[in-house]
Amino acid sequence: MSYLEYSVKTTPTGLRKVLYFNWALAILLIAVAGIGFLMLYSVAGGSFSPWAEPQMRRFAVGFVAMFVIGMVPIWFWRNMSALAYLGTLLLLVAVVLVGVEGKGAQRWIDIGVLRLQPSELMKITLAMGLAAYYDWLPMSRVSRPIWVLIPAVMILVPVALVLRQPDLGTSILLIAGGGALMFLAGVHWAYFAVVIAALIGLITAVFQSRGTDWQLLADYQYRRIDTFLDPSTDPLGAGYHITQSKIALGSGGWTGRGFMQGTQSRLNFLPEKHTDFIFTTLAEEFGFVGAVSLLTLYALIVFFCVASATNNRDRFSALLTLGIAVTFFLFFAVNMAMVTGLAPVVGVPLPLVSYGGSAMLILMLGFGLVQSAHVHRPR
Amino acid sequence: MRRPSRDTAESHRRITRRGLILGGTMSATGVALALRMRFLQVEQADQFRLLADENRINIRLIPPARGRIVDRTGVIIAENVPSYRITLVPEETSDIDAVIERLGRLIELDPDELDRARRDLRRLRGDTPVTVADRVSWEAISRVAVNTPALPGVAPEVGLTRHYPHGAAYAHVVGYVGPVSDRDLERIEAPDGLLLIPRFQIGKIGLEAECEDVLRGKAGTKRVEVNATGRVMRELERHEGISGADIQLTLDNALQTYINARLGNESAAAVVLDCDKGDILACASSPSFDPNLFVRGISSVDYNALLENERRPLPNKAVQGIYPPGSTFKMVTALAALEDGQVDPKETVYCPGYVEISNRRFHCWKRGGHGSVDLHRSLSESCDVYYYEMAMRVGIEKISAMARRLGLGIEHDLPMTSVAQGLTPTKDWKIVNRGAEWVIGDSVNAAIGQGFVLASPLQLAVMTARLATGREIRPRLIRSVDGVAEPGDRGSDLGLNPNLLREIRQAMFAVSNNRRGTAYSSRIIAEEYRMAGKTGTSQVRNISTGERASGVRSNIDLPWRQRDHALFVDFAPHDAPRVAVAVVVEHGGGGSSVAAPVARDITLQALYGGDPPLAAYPAKDRGRIRTQQEELRQYRPEGGTHERERA
Repeated sequence: MSYLEYSVKTTPTGLRKVLYFNWALAILLIAVAGIGFLMLYSVAGGSFSPWAEPQMRRFAVGFVAMFVIGMVPIWFWRNMSALAYLGTLLLLVAVVLVGVEGKGAQRWIDIGVLRLQPSELMKITLAMGLAAYYDWLPMSRVSRPIWVLIPAVMILVPVALVLRQPDLGTSILLIAGGGALMFLAGVHWAYFAVVIAALIGLITAVFQSRGTDWQLLADYQYRRIDTFLDPSTDPLGAGYHITQSKIALGSGGWTGRGFMQGTQSRLNFLPEKHTDFIFTTLAEEFGFVGAVSLLTLYALIVFFCVASATNNRDRFSALLTLGIAVTFFLFFAVNMAMVTGLAPVVGVPLPLVSYGGSAMLILMLGFGLVQSAHVHRPR
Repeated sequence: MRRPSRDTAESHRRITRRGLILGGTMSATGVALALRMRFLQVEQADQFRLLADENRINIRLIPPARGRIVDRTGVIIAENVPSYRITLVPEETSDIDAVIERLGRLIELDPDELDRARRDLRRLRGDTPVTVADRVSWEAISRVAVNTPALPGVAPEVGLTRHYPHGAAYAHVVGYVGPVSDRDLERIEAPDGLLLIPRFQIGKIGLEAECEDVLRGKAGTKRVEVNATGRVMRELERHEGISGADIQLTLDNALQTYINARLGNESAAAVVLDCDKGDILACASSPSFDPNLFVRGISSVDYNALLENERRPLPNKAVQGIYPPGSTFKMVTALAALEDGQVDPKETVYCPGYVEISNRRFHCWKRGGHGSVDLHRSLSESCDVYYYEMAMRVGIEKISAMARRLGLGIEHDLPMTSVAQGLTPTKDWKIVNRGAEWVIGDSVNAAIGQGFVLASPLQLAVMTARLATGREIRPRLIRSVDGVAEPGDRGSDLGLNPNLLREIRQAMFAVSNNRRGTAYSSRIIAEEYRMAGKTGTSQVRNISTGERASGVRSNIDLPWRQRDHALFVDFAPHDAPRVAVAVVVEHGGGGSSVAAPVARDITLQALYGGDPPLAAYPAKDRGRIRTQQEELRQYRPEGGTHERERA
């Protein structure tokens, strides 16, 4: 074997792997997280506490975790996928049984050192489980009904558990992310057409059930939908979020009001200004230019993932990378649609920017898997 | 270990194809989001910038300082004093109860105020400051200010509140202010934005209410930046308002407080008029109350006590109270008859103690009769029969017309609440209001100020002043507004025959200076200040024939409510009148025994501008008067605060 043949056909080993990491992706992640620190510093009124500093620490931990995961061969993660999926499912069941309540929803389990949010973890492990499933499944069977039913159940069981919490945002992300993975794996078009038709039926049912005994959503969720459809009906109540958020965005103009000059966030008109609505602060203080810059950074992250996946001849790696890219995309797209008034307020954070430990760590784990797939791709 | 991956070309192609489709969908979504941002941030930017400013910029009103009220010498009657209160913004506190408890250890908290605060805390939005303690001392405020770090959400605030340093003395004339009520708001069309400020005070009654527009001033404005919870972050711009105008009254503080003390607990009223321009030098009604209680918000216990008091402390008896004037009305009847030429001053009428008119017997107060009386004796000894005769000669229409000429039965234009019109009856009036024809008996009763005739103490004082001067004296209460003197006028000549007026005045002089006059015991000795007056005792019950036969019961034997009203009117000095006085003591008994001494004391006080020398009193009264003067001095605060010099 010549030296040339070795370097092309085999994956790197040892610390040499670091050289084969997807560094462009890592740098983009740092850039987005950096914007997050800046905004958290701004909404705290020019202070690292209480948000920016813990967020930086968590990002550092997540960044290291990404590298550690990336060093581990992707086939190890493939072998662990079924276990990870089933483990997360058990945790979701545990949440129902012994979960901790917060803000009217039961989402956390307290395991001493940290409060774990299994629904966040499920976003990654579902992608792992589905990717592993399709990696195992021969191509010829992908579109057979029985083999379509199995992944559908894999998606819908955790969705049902998450909806019980209740957490509409995560449920939507899981369904959309899982569905996208099935689509990528090559499931026939017709199934999706049926599902979309069924969804329309479900939405009708949700609206029809309102006020009856078998009401499908909680009252606050209905109110959010109402105010999404017409925020002006309740500008000081439930519509307040959307109205104020649009005012903040709009008042930013082309270039914004300047760093830490956003009146809407500084004067507390914005709700949840450090979590779900942090994008409005960015848009208010840095204007259209700032908002589109962040959108571009996000798009580049997704682009690098898609590029890595299409260059990866390993089925599991490609599917997992794309699955995580889609999940990431759904995160920011739903959040931005929400704050710009295009979608109802469902409580999805802005990835890597919003303050929050669980979401940040889990996304970095996901990107760790993407790195692992990238490093260990067949050459 | 490593498992060979199923690296089929078919799988890779399909994933790539579908990955690109998905990538395209995601790109399209991204572009849609960017376009949405462009729409909001570029195309609608101006509109949203405006909305953001509307959010953050608030225009707040600055309450103006209310105009002060001072007496004719500049003594402050109503002023504004700083009032400190402690407020709590609930949303800035995590544990309200703990904060209140900590506050309670620093300063004394009123349980009632605290209950109200707790109710407000439940009711109001979290950003509204709730008053936890009102009217706290400066020390308490400092103690709280020092400890603010330990008291999140607690803020000391300073404002202005009305204070009446003389308490009860001016309660009726000046009235009081209070916080705007919902009823007030309904009553006022297009209310000033000021009225919506919590705890803003407006005049509720008396001069405070009547001159509200002058006293209130104009609100200033400030533009402030507020946060979402309405808390002011900084002030952007400020326009000062205009303070309310100061009002100087014609009242004389020394005299007013003296009268207030002199009337004591009697249910009585007194008015002193200056005979030059009709300045009201004093206007008192007793018993009185402390208007400061109302400013603070009176407790229902105190309020009910005022309402249920049978001597009615709340209404201003001096202008609202209307009484049968009794014999003080005789000057009107006499003048009407004289002017009409129905009688000559020297002509005598025989008084047998009663007169029979249309089968009814009308009695003179003196059972044995006065014998032959002319005008002079009829007034000085207050013979009733003489006036019964006059009433029959001249008729009610002319008597009432004369009464109105002298200021009775008309509403004087004064900035006080419910200035009464009184009543000078006419034949038409009785048909309209009583549905009955006027009968001669009505005229006879009216001639001695009984029956339908009603007048307020103020009107009686005006009548006396007009008799004393022959001019159409109009009472006034305001001497200057904001330093600009109200001109006032001396009043045009009434056009009465001066000779006839002189006859009346001489007879009135005899009332208190002739040995047989009804008020001889209340005369003034001091030569230059001798007074002319008239007693009045008006019945408030009917005396039955049976009772008259067995002897009319004296007032002492009657329950308070059935006793006669005692009245006295006078002017002094009799030859060059300076002041006119009217005193009514409700259910006091006889005018000569009860009202006349009070009126005499008031007259002397007004003329001397302070306690008169004992030499002004008849020798045998001096001992008693000295004790009385010393007693009253305890109840009268010395001097009073004078208006501070204005910069």
